[in-house]
Amino acid sequence: MSATLTKEETPTPPIEEPPVRKASARKRLVPYWLLLPGIVWLLVFFALPMVYQASTSIQTGSLEKGFEVTWHFQTYWEAFQEYWPQFVRSLLYAGTATLLCLLLGYPLAYLIAFKAGRWRNLLLVLVIAPFFTSFLIRTLAWKTILADGGPVVDVLNTLHVLDVTSWLGWTEGDRVLATPMAVVCGLTYNFLPFMILPLYTSLERIDGRLHEAAKDLYASPATTFRKVTFPLSMPGVVSGTLLTFIPASGDYVNAELLGSTDTKMVGSVIQSQFLRVLDYPTAAALSFILMAIVLIMVTVYIRRAGTEDLV
Amino acid sequence: MRWIRKNLVVIAGLLTLAYMIVPNIVVMVFSFNKPNGRFNYAWQRFSVDAWKDPCGVADLCDSLTLSLQLAAWATLGATVLGTMIAFALVRYRFRARGAINSLIFLPMSMPEVVMAASLLTLFLNMGAELGFWTVLIAHIMFCLSFVVVAVKARVMSMDPRLEEAARDLYAGPVQTFVRVTLPIAAPGIAAGALLAFALSFDDFIITNFNSGSTVTFPMFVWGSAQRGTPVQINVIGTAMFVIAVLVVVAGQIITNRRKKTATT
Repeated sequence: MSATLTKEETPTPPIEEPPVRKASARKRLVPYWLLLPGIVWLLVFFALPMVYQASTSIQTGSLEKGFEVTWHFQTYWEAFQEYWPQFVRSLLYAGTATLLCLLLGYPLAYLIAFKAGRWRNLLLVLVIAPFFTSFLIRTLAWKTILADGGPVVDVLNTLHVLDVTSWLGWTEGDRVLATPMAVVCGLTYNFLPFMILPLYTSLERIDGRLHEAAKDLYASPATTFRKVTFPLSMPGVVSGTLLTFIPASGDYVNAELLGSTDTKMVGSVIQSQFLRVLDYPTAAALSFILMAIVLIMVTVYIRRAGTEDLV
Repeated sequence: MRWIRKNLVVIAGLLTLAYMIVPNIVVMVFSFNKPNGRFNYAWQRFSVDAWKDPCGVADLCDSLTLSLQLAAWATLGATVLGTMIAFALVRYRFRARGAINSLIFLPMSMPEVVMAASLLTLFLNMGAELGFWTVLIAHIMFCLSFVVVAVKARVMSMDPRLEEAARDLYAGPVQTFVRVTLPIAAPGIAAGALLAFALSFDDFIITNFNSGSTVTFPMFVWGSAQRGTPVQINVIGTAMFVIAVLVVVAGQIITNRRKKTATT
């Protein structure tokens, strides 16, 4: 998982050709034969569909009369104008969930990497174990946990947390279910392992002697964390946030199961336009707008985070 | 207070762990519930009915079998194709290497809806009938990248001198591959395959777009969230969890034993 977004760190020296004779033409073709089936698969079922979607997005027509390419770029503008609240909401929810994942995931990754000792493997299993129950079933379980009048709502109510969150517009009165808070809670929950695992691998690589050195130089634990641990864990932070934010921005499962019509994310819109309304051009345009927004944000973020070995 | 400050990381970490485990516990507890009405969201009373009859709901076990079959084929396809790509990328220098690396990276850096939607436009344009085959094609496509990454990581850390040594000992290319390369790469391939299986089995968004009227297990759960969730879903969820944990623990024990026998 850790390597999911990091590209090769240490390029292995290429295997030397047997020194006896010059590499035959047949041998030079080996890598291409190895690549061929998989790459063709990706080109036909990943790249080509993008082209079809692009052409769909500039078509006009209806399902009965058929669609035709008319270079109608206005679809993009119209779709964005109609659904910009869903876009804003998706980015807001995904961003908040990513931040929460980082805040919640970091201590756990740190705990496993540095403090767990012989419990390390057990804790890792416990991080991955929830994965094995279908994520839809687990998301449905949140319905029970956050139910009106349930223990979570009661506790939050007694602590007057709900007053504050309602004032902020994240909850409504004394309910949590069917509010933005429930959706963000579900998103955070669903993508936490994707944050913890990369964080853990990059923390685990840190040489423990660096901590000792910092201590010897009279750095307080907080300073050590700020100046040594955190900067060294940046590759994990970057790939963790990407692995969380990208899928979360397109997710519609949490918004549909835990939210209400007021919490619809753009994924829901794309899904219903494609599968229920059957307005393919609008759906394709929405999907491309989402892709563009995510790609731009990710590129800017990677530049800013300054980890060259990524992407 | 000092104790709390000293152990702040441990406390925060364990709280996160609790956050991650609680839904699984709820699923487990509610598999023993006897709900009133169609929805299994509120506790009524204890019962083992659902455990006695896990397939008692129409289509539930059919969807489960379908998902298992689908995941098995998708794993096979993605693992074979992905392992080949990983070897080519690590072991050979050739033109277009950068382009191929990005082509593999892209499916992982795109929201799933976008991939699902674009694939659907392809199938619609080709007039393909949506069903088992379109879902299988889609699953192999998105599992492929993850397999490549997993296998690549392993092959990259392999010492090429081992293969040179095998060749020095007059092993042929096939012999070297089967007896040296493959066993060393096996953990990476296994990890990739396991990941592919889990991803395929649990995928909802891409399946939702490309399945037509075919109902996989996640699709069944999704549908039941609207129509009323049978307790059997919790039973299956719990069983999956328990089986997986047992497999992981067993694997751990076996590797520990092997390590011990290897050192003595």
